[in-house]
Amino acid sequence: MTSSPASDKPVGVIGAGNFGTVIANILAINRKVILYARNEQMVADMHAKRESKGYALHPHVEPTHDIAMLASRCDVIFPMVPSLHFRAMMKQLSPYLHPYHILIHGTKGFDVILPEGQTIESISKLTREHVKTMSEVIQEESVVVRVGCLAGPNLSKELAQRQPGATVVASHFNEVKQLGKKLLRNDRFQVYENDDIVGVEIAGVLKNIIAIASGALSGLGYGENAKGLLISRGAVEMVYLGRALGGDLKAFLGVAGIGDLVTTCNSPMSRNFTVGYRLAKGEKLDDILADMSEIAEGINTVRIAKKCADHYKVRALITDRLYKVLFEGMTVEEALDFLMRYPLNVDIDFL
Amino acid sequence: MEILDEKKNKNKKYKPILGGIPDWPVYQLSKNRKEFVEEVAHKSFERIKQLRPNAKQLISDLEATAYREQNRIKRNRWRVDPKDDSKFWSNIKNELVELSSKNTEEINATADSILERIVLRYANEIAGNFKPNSYRVTRELIKFWFQRLLNGARVKKFGAFFRNQYTLRDKIQIVGKVKMLRKLATEGTVVMVPTHFSNLDSILIGWVIHSCGLPAFIYGAGLNLFNIKIFAYFMNSLGAYKVDRRKKNLPYLETLKMYSSLAVQKGAHSLFFPGGTRSRSGLIEKQLKLGLLSTAIEAQRNLYLENPEGPVRKIFIVPVTLNYNFVLEAPDMIEDYLHVKGQDKYFPEQDKYGSMQLIRFLFKFFTKGSNISVSIGTGLDVLGNYIDEEGNSIDNQGRIIDTKDYFISNDNVTTDKQREDEYTRMLSQRIVKEYHRINRVFASHLAAFVAFEMWQKKFPMLDLFSLLRLPEEDLELDYVEFKETFKRARKKIYELKAEGNVRHATHLKGNADEVIKLGVENVGIFHLKRPLLFNKKGNIITRDLTVLYYYHNRLVGYDLESCI
Repeated sequence: MTSSPASDKPVGVIGAGNFGTVIANILAINRKVILYARNEQMVADMHAKRESKGYALHPHVEPTHDIAMLASRCDVIFPMVPSLHFRAMMKQLSPYLHPYHILIHGTKGFDVILPEGQTIESISKLTREHVKTMSEVIQEESVVVRVGCLAGPNLSKELAQRQPGATVVASHFNEVKQLGKKLLRNDRFQVYENDDIVGVEIAGVLKNIIAIASGALSGLGYGENAKGLLISRGAVEMVYLGRALGGDLKAFLGVAGIGDLVTTCNSPMSRNFTVGYRLAKGEKLDDILADMSEIAEGINTVRIAKKCADHYKVRALITDRLYKVLFEGMTVEEALDFLMRYPLNVDIDFL
Repeated sequence: MEILDEKKNKNKKYKPILGGIPDWPVYQLSKNRKEFVEEVAHKSFERIKQLRPNAKQLISDLEATAYREQNRIKRNRWRVDPKDDSKFWSNIKNELVELSSKNTEEINATADSILERIVLRYANEIAGNFKPNSYRVTRELIKFWFQRLLNGARVKKFGAFFRNQYTLRDKIQIVGKVKMLRKLATEGTVVMVPTHFSNLDSILIGWVIHSCGLPAFIYGAGLNLFNIKIFAYFMNSLGAYKVDRRKKNLPYLETLKMYSSLAVQKGAHSLFFPGGTRSRSGLIEKQLKLGLLSTAIEAQRNLYLENPEGPVRKIFIVPVTLNYNFVLEAPDMIEDYLHVKGQDKYFPEQDKYGSMQLIRFLFKFFTKGSNISVSIGTGLDVLGNYIDEEGNSIDNQGRIIDTKDYFISNDNVTTDKQREDEYTRMLSQRIVKEYHRINRVFASHLAAFVAFEMWQKKFPMLDLFSLLRLPEEDLELDYVEFKETFKRARKKIYELKAEGNVRHATHLKGNADEVIKLGVENVGIFHLKRPLLFNKKGNIITRDLTVLYYYHNRLVGYDLESCI
């Protein structure tokens, strides 16, 4: 395949944030890459300095502001934009897409569409009719059906330093998984396959809840026992929530589930971890958010997961307590106290 | 009994879209039957060899096939089975046994030859036998007698028997995208996929196809139907091919799929019931059988492969729902369904129907009320995208899609089995969604739904099985209360219709008392024990809650429960 002229087609990456830039660089090892950024000035800077977000751009990466050109030159596109802007980006890209396009996204987050005038809190029930994963957004907004997603313990910084790492490419299509593997894999980056794209996407989103809790434990000054407890119980909770939302158990036990969860709960630099940490130190959510340039995805995820858990009647204790801490003025100590006293002590009951 | 009042004359007669029978693709197929059967056998052979590349795997499948076939002959023999069945399979069995004493080369050659003979036999068995003359005779015969019965019963005058005041068209309404269907049948190949509730569906849909002016379609009809001689005659003459559900072995299934796929590829309009069997529960099909559906996708891909540059004949999927007030088999089917679902929780009462029942039903059907409507959906391409009048695939935003692009990787049309399996799954979900959209709600459906849900709500502590065991004498719904609930549910149906999510009969509108009366009187109209009745006080009662449950199921899946 490498010798056919078609494989000389460049690969597209949409979104030049941290992760987008790093993925573009990894792809550039095997192929030419066209990297799209929304901001015109940013593209000009990338051309001038050959860097983005502080990472030097691989010589094979061509920055652009022209999304139509990207879609016409690339059959394979990696959308890497925050979930908040994902649908808008798809609407912009959609007119240039055809069924032969393959999209593999790397966005962790839910897309929520509510009836006019409603909020997550005010709506009577939040179901999967309102809450969509990014692969579902792609299929709703475009004609593309061959969709995949990337998920796993992928801290941009470590990937950029070529530290060993791994990712999961999930898709219903073997073709997409094989392609993702071929394009991304190198001697420092292992790629695994999974069929359950929705499960993998959901695992990637839900782990942000546990990351906040992990920050909170750290903020209270607790050590590794507490963290081990949190991660294992957190994983169970993710399985329950994930199943209710349409994922399969296996996705949660793999690289994109446990793998990503452990990494995130141990990375004090992440925004979600920081929110939890500062909450435990007694700060108010509003004050914490005021200091942050970008919203921590986990906070929104807690709101969505709490409301969905209510509707689907899933017991999600950590999420529930975290919600009370974030929005109802409960202290972290009280929440922890509740969890430690909770009477139900079956370790694993989903296998 | 009152006749369901639909807009008259809307069901005009359609001119045939093709001149004479010799132009019909199905006729072309049957004229070259021998060549076609050989092609099917040959290609199935190749396909199976691909699936079972080494001799050991192939032989183990052949052994399993022979074993099961012999079992079938022993246990479950049908009148339509060929006379030499038992001889053929015991020969195969013997040859397989003798294999062990041979060397590798001989083994390979013998295994191939056995497979060849088996697929050829299957291909011959499956292939239809369309005969233009018998088609014409059948058509006229049905029309003539239906008309006589209809007029004899309706027009109360001497000599009415020979009048033509009423035709079948008044009895069976065809609604929805008929014009589009006719257009698509000239522009491409149509694969019609109706819902399946009754054994009468096969004959009904045959009449519908003829009545829309379309050439005969090829059908996959259950072989069990060919046991009944009169059905066999109709089926054969309407272009049916045979699907034997007893045979689940690999060579058979592959040959069957190849037959369907090649016929579609050659431009023969086809029809199959993607639900597989009749809906036992009365629910609109939720899970479709993917095997035959995948042949439409495969055929389309092959057409693109054969002709990568030029224009390619497109395949159109047309969902159809058949809407009845009455399903003859309902009591038996719902018993079956509950029996399987509830296992030891449910004890069916025996109440079988004989062939006299069928004749009596047909007579009643043509002499009394109770109309049938056939709702034709918008055409879809093989990926489930809507089609416009010109046959273009259209996306959600109204842009034109090239269906070929779905089969392209690296700029070329490619064959990817796994990809097409996934496409089949997507298509089947899409068809199910379309069924719900084009389903046509009758007053009787809504009355059944509302009544059953109200009873369920009155006994919130009972599960379904306990509810169904309640003595019918204890069940009575206050009419005023029923009417209010009915009106709420009807309003919801209107809303759903406005959103394009369901269709309803025109008789559903108007004075609620009359609509309810119509509904109650028509639901399961010819059953010995009526699912709904008025009592002397004017309240609603039932004589058979289980059958009511069956008719109620028709409207499950629209979230109407919230307005009960």
